Amino acid sequence: MILGWLVGFGRFWYDFIIGDDWTVAATVSVALLATWLLHLAGVDAWWLLPLAVVINVGLSLRND
Amino acid sequence: MVIIIVGVGSVRGWRSTWLGAGAGLAVLAVLVAVFGTALQAVPIDMLRLVIGSLLLVFGLQWLRKGIRRVAAHGLRGMGDWSASAEGIPADGVDWTAFTLAFKGVLLEGLEVAFIVVSFGLTADALGSAVAGAAAAFLVITAAGVATRGLVQRIPRSALQLLVGTLLSAFGTFWSVEGLGLAWPGDEIAILALAGWYVAAAAGYTALLRRRAHPLITRTTEA
Repeated sequence: MILGWLVGFGRFWYDFIIGDDWTVAATVSVALLATWLLHLAGVDAWWLLPLAVVINVGLSLRND
Repeated sequence: MVIIIVGVGSVRGWRSTWLGAGAGLAVLAVLVAVFGTALQAVPIDMLRLVIGSLLLVFGLQWLRKGIRRVAAHGLRGMGDWSASAEGIPADGVDWTAFTLAFKGVLLEGLEVAFIVVSFGLTADALGSAVAGAAAAFLVITAAGVATRGLVQRIPRSALQLLVGTLLSAFGTFWSVEGLGLAWPGDEIAILALAGWYVAAAAGYTALLRRRAHPLITRTTEA
């Protein structure tokens, strides 16, 4: 009962975050990390995440 | 907050969306009741980063699905949508709708609560600030309910594309803000981000249509 609930809970979050293409979540994670590092280095890199995301969406659609 | 609820409710169904929004409001009410004026101690930047990132990765899934469907079917012929095809449970709670509405309400509500507490304490008029916020909440909720019928007339796949762009815009804004960066134009940047994602979606949709129907596209252009 509890194991089934845990499996369902884990599957829900896997579908929610990873979905059908793991590269999207990976791109968001890497872009956020890079944005934070650039911010620490004094660069105002707010533009990096939206740019990385749009490039990733294009690559993801191309690979379908 | 209202945009997210109306969009998610229209795409995934209203029952679980209202449940998620209600749960978000309940948690918000408990936080406000427990913390009171000490609410400003809640780590809002961490919440923005976590909730923003989650909304962004989910919004991008809808964005890609919407692009694929609009590229395949255009804005017509979308009446064949079915709940089972979307993986929406026929009964019980749709946790996707619940989670999206819950997070949207909780984060936006917390931000409003911070503003109310800050203004209220600064002006030494917490009661008036709370009354003003409650009135604004009622007006915005009424506006959301009024636009519900209009939103539901939009073809479902186009709506999924639209909600995907909005979730992506809000998610991008919050997650970058959560890292401590300031957006040019402050919250106006959400509109610019939505425009950026809509433009990208339009471009990718055109590319996919061209790839799927090269002859038709060339003939139409000629």
